[in-house]
Amino acid sequence: MSADLAPIQSTSTMQLQLRRFRQNRLAMISVVVLALVTALCFFGPYAFPFTGEDADFDVISAPAEFKWPHLLGTDDFGRDLLVRVFEGGQVSLTIGFLGALVAGGIGVLYGAVAGYVGGRTEGLMMRLVEVLYGFPYVILVILLSLLFGGGTMALFAAIVFTLWLTPAVIVRAQAQSLAQREFVQAARAGGMTGPAIVLQHVVPNCLSSVIVYGSLLVPEVILSESFLSFLGIGIKEPQASWGNLIQAGTAAMDSDPRLLLLPGGLLAVVLLCLNFIADGLRDAFDPNDR
Amino acid sequence: MLRFIGKRLWHGGLTLAALVTLTFFVMRLAPGGPFSRNRKISPEVQANIEAAFHLDEPLWMQFGRFVWGVVRLDLGPSTRHRDYSVNDLIASGLPYSLTIGFWAIIIAAMVGVSLGLASALRRNSATDYLAGTVGVVGIAIPIFVIGPVLQAVFAVRLDWLPVGGANDGWRSLILPVIVLALPNIAYISRLTRTSTIETLRENYIRTARAKGIGWRRTLWRHTLTGALLPVIAYLGPATAAIITGSILIETIFAVPGIGRHFVDAALNRDYPLVMGITLLYGAILILFNIATDVVRATLDPRIRNER
Repeated sequence: MSADLAPIQSTSTMQLQLRRFRQNRLAMISVVVLALVTALCFFGPYAFPFTGEDADFDVISAPAEFKWPHLLGTDDFGRDLLVRVFEGGQVSLTIGFLGALVAGGIGVLYGAVAGYVGGRTEGLMMRLVEVLYGFPYVILVILLSLLFGGGTMALFAAIVFTLWLTPAVIVRAQAQSLAQREFVQAARAGGMTGPAIVLQHVVPNCLSSVIVYGSLLVPEVILSESFLSFLGIGIKEPQASWGNLIQAGTAAMDSDPRLLLLPGGLLAVVLLCLNFIADGLRDAFDPNDR
Repeated sequence: MLRFIGKRLWHGGLTLAALVTLTFFVMRLAPGGPFSRNRKISPEVQANIEAAFHLDEPLWMQFGRFVWGVVRLDLGPSTRHRDYSVNDLIASGLPYSLTIGFWAIIIAAMVGVSLGLASALRRNSATDYLAGTVGVVGIAIPIFVIGPVLQAVFAVRLDWLPVGGANDGWRSLILPVIVLALPNIAYISRLTRTSTIETLRENYIRTARAKGIGWRRTLWRHTLTGALLPVIAYLGPATAAIITGSILIETIFAVPGIGRHFVDAALNRDYPLVMGITLLYGAILILFNIATDVVRATLDPRIRNER
């Protein structure tokens, strides 16, 4: 008898949230577009017989005529523009997602520990965050990337170091109230250690706000990367990134707008998608917030 | 209230001191020095130059010298711009940066609040969609993409406005101010829209209407004071955004302000100039943060009594 009983259809909160997200057409289109751009950036260059750093001196500053192999022409070193934009995209997207992940991870752990421990330690930990918050972001990020000696890793470290603050603040507030909840008290009474409680009870319960905020962090990291590369502090030639491609394009703006519009346009599309996805996630996870 | 302001000022001072100390030591620890790029200098000359700028002293002495300089409001000579003191450079650049930043904030606040208010009061109207588009575009398209594009269209192709520099009076301000204001317009209009919609749902608005207070009066006297609180709270972050943006704007439009000076100084390890501009930016940002807190506290007693 009991064997034919259909399993009770239950939907977890997560499934509900996912369903709500899927119903958001703008967000879903953004996911598709973002996936397409990412795939193009990472697999596109394999379709061409050269890399973005190979200079072809026979076709310097070739216009965009959609002729194989330089579909969108070349820059003033004879390097293929399309491949360079793809390779720049690899750098920008990797830094964006990895940076958001690392900065988010550090922030979440820091905030969870501070909120759970409470007392004097929490006061000290949050005072540090407050002081760092009072610093002008540009100054900090420029100085740090100089300190780490310039280049991609320095840029990454500088961005992560400046962007973990907001997730820390958000998670601390939640961890503080979670620490008082019965199930956490029960875990403590059951002999669970502090670190285990933080990792297994506090962090998972903050997850939805972390996901929502983390999705906003990605465009922020990408913007910081291209901003610094644009100023000549981040990723340096000949390695391409959207920031330094835009910078090179700006210099040639009135003679050849395509050098600016291609990387700039792609950057804008990615930022747009990421913002729509973040909006969609917020609506899905937190329907009261509208 | 005075105690509140005093406490904020004290914390702000501590933050500024921490910022300046950190900047000082990070600059010195970063590889390279102000004169390490000069080629073909004999060691004696190099040593002489470094002695002239006190770079041969131990770090703590240099730091003491810097702090003493700040106390006397003398930020020392620039190592890159020969014959100029940091005070001169800041005094010549600051007016440009301040003018552009000031107008950008004013325009962002006025346009942003009106757009947000209009779209909150007429939801799903054409205005609402316009504001939504402006909000999305302003946030997604970075300054360093929209800036050069507008420059190419309005200055190079159409020749309506100067390409850059600061020699044409107010006309050379138009493009930089608009580009700098754009992301903030986007942010402020989104903020105003959400908080106005939220405030309109509050019980005290319904009570006010039920008491027979007219719609217009409820809007101005009751809704706006509540709805603008988050917008005022954004004034602090907006100042930070304007500082970041002004560095880009001054690079794109070749404005002789202090933002571009900062990047050049950091890249060339011009220690005194970096310290001077950091001190100035830090002080401006911290003061605006305090001003924001004070205004919010006057409008909202809950914040005042928080701590």
